[in-house]
Amino acid sequence: MAFLVIGSRRNAGAATRENDASMAKSKVSLFFGRLALALVIAITLFPIYWMFRTAFSNNRAMFSEPLSLLPVDFTWGPLQRVLGLATPEAAMAEGGSGASINFAQYMLNSILACTLITVLQVTFSAMAAYAFALLNWKGRDKVFGIFLIALMVPGIFTLLPNFILVKDLGLLNSIVGIALPAMFMTPFAIFFLRQFFLGVNRNIIEAAVIDGAGQWRIFSRIVVPLAWPQIVTLFILQFIQYWNDYLWPFLVGQSESSKLLTVGLGIFKSQTPQGNPDWAGLMAGALVAAVPIFILLLVFGRKIVGSIQSSGVK
Amino acid sequence: MTTIERKDSARSDDRRPSPAKARTETPRKKGGRRDSQLRVAVLFLIPASIGFLVFFAWPAVRGLYLSFTNYHVPRDPVFIGLKNYITIASDPVFWNSLKVTLEYVVINVGVQTAGALLLAVLMQRFTRSMVVRGVIMLPYLIANVIVALVWFWLCDYNLGIVNAVLNSLGMDKVGFFGNESLAMGTIAMVNVWRHLGYTSLLLFAGLQAIPKDVYEAAEMDGAGEWRVFRSVTLPLLRPVLAFVLVVTVVGSFQIFDTIAVTTKGGPIDATRAINYYIYERAFERMDFGYASALAVILMIILVGIALLQNKLLRANQSDLER
Repeated sequence: MAFLVIGSRRNAGAATRENDASMAKSKVSLFFGRLALALVIAITLFPIYWMFRTAFSNNRAMFSEPLSLLPVDFTWGPLQRVLGLATPEAAMAEGGSGASINFAQYMLNSILACTLITVLQVTFSAMAAYAFALLNWKGRDKVFGIFLIALMVPGIFTLLPNFILVKDLGLLNSIVGIALPAMFMTPFAIFFLRQFFLGVNRNIIEAAVIDGAGQWRIFSRIVVPLAWPQIVTLFILQFIQYWNDYLWPFLVGQSESSKLLTVGLGIFKSQTPQGNPDWAGLMAGALVAAVPIFILLLVFGRKIVGSIQSSGVK
Repeated sequence: MTTIERKDSARSDDRRPSPAKARTETPRKKGGRRDSQLRVAVLFLIPASIGFLVFFAWPAVRGLYLSFTNYHVPRDPVFIGLKNYITIASDPVFWNSLKVTLEYVVINVGVQTAGALLLAVLMQRFTRSMVVRGVIMLPYLIANVIVALVWFWLCDYNLGIVNAVLNSLGMDKVGFFGNESLAMGTIAMVNVWRHLGYTSLLLFAGLQAIPKDVYEAAEMDGAGEWRVFRSVTLPLLRPVLAFVLVVTVVGSFQIFDTIAVTTKGGPIDATRAINYYIYERAFERMDFGYASALAVILMIILVGIALLQNKLLRANQSDLER
């Protein structure tokens, strides 16, 4: 016992002395902590800034000042030529390739395809999630388990047969062909919504049943409005995912009327001359493809960050 | 997964009174109501089931079948048994693709997880700002293709800012994407840049779930910061860490986009990862049977990794629930 008392007293003495030391130490660690965070933010933002800087530079003038932090010989030219607004001569004069590139069209295609996929997918997945969360039927959890297995299957495995299927249906080079495999459901969407539907207050549903409401009415008038914030979040997450998707739309949509932005970018890159690439044009195209995402993050930032923190599945 | 189970049990507790009541009051109606809910459920599930059966289940079965065929599009598939698998076993490009993919996964997941852990701890200690979190996750929201192109430009040998800075510091220029021994590492680091913030936000959420009193107790015991991190934070974070590791390893095994828009598998075979090799076999050589067999092997590897990681890291148990 005595030993213990001495031990604790010594600890107490050490603690008061340590207090001053830890104050100084915490100030130092605060400084270095903040510095490290600032560094991470700088490394995160610099490449994005560089995309802007290059997109407004004159491609011909750029090689003379590779270190300039501001756009070299500021110009709207790169944006104009990727949006199909510049004449081939004007494009060539600024170091573009003169090939016709129309990111305005690809933007429209991307918006169409992603809206089609996301609206249908979220609707159908919400219906399925309702059946899995709030309806009582035999084998429900088993069927749900089978749906979840699809989460484990790597994309490339189903991609090959799906490509053959879409080809056989004659839907290559169409927006519908791009949308088809994803627009009925995805296990993730069902899983995500089911979790929120499970939390819906059952008394409200019971009351609606007593009032004689059918299941569709309960679904569309009660459950969907109650889970609306989560449905919007899911919509945004999925929209971004399909906006950024590359391999499937690259395989299925090669025509001008079905080429998505990511695909257009990839093709633009492979067409740009090896020795003297149109970096400004390429970055302008990247900018056009990325700006909608920046806007979504500005408007829905809290929702997006929050959803990824809470659900954690993706 | 643990949360679902918990919710399930909570729900069945809620449920219990109502069927019991129904049974005592109107025994006949109960059966009828169950059936009608099954009928409604089927109606609600029709669209999703079409999607599941036509675009997940059927292609999975078909892909497995095609892996046993010689299928050169547009000719019809011909059953050849295990021949594709036997050829793969002695295909040097396949083995190289596995090696290269593994190199990518080790660099990508290793750096990313360590960095994200550090960043998550930094965020927990020094900032609550939503803006910081938004900025940190920004790269994850930008398409792989865009990220790849931006870094391809930053690291360009002739004009890229990275080499321009190296040059102005009097160092030699580096062919980040063009050098055989650097290309895969470069691609791995590009995707670390894209995923670091996202991964750290997942870990950050895990950190916040650790009760404060555990830290206080450790502090009372006089544990230093490193000791607290090693003996308290890390063990309690293990379930989240396990989840993150499974997701990132499985995800990075399927690296494709970045390679497709930058190196296209080169220089030589240095970045010909397994997914890119499958793509080439299927869509450049129209050899769908062989590509399907490669895809089957990839799937087996991924399922094996997921199961193994779950077991090794005991993902479902938390040290909090002793």
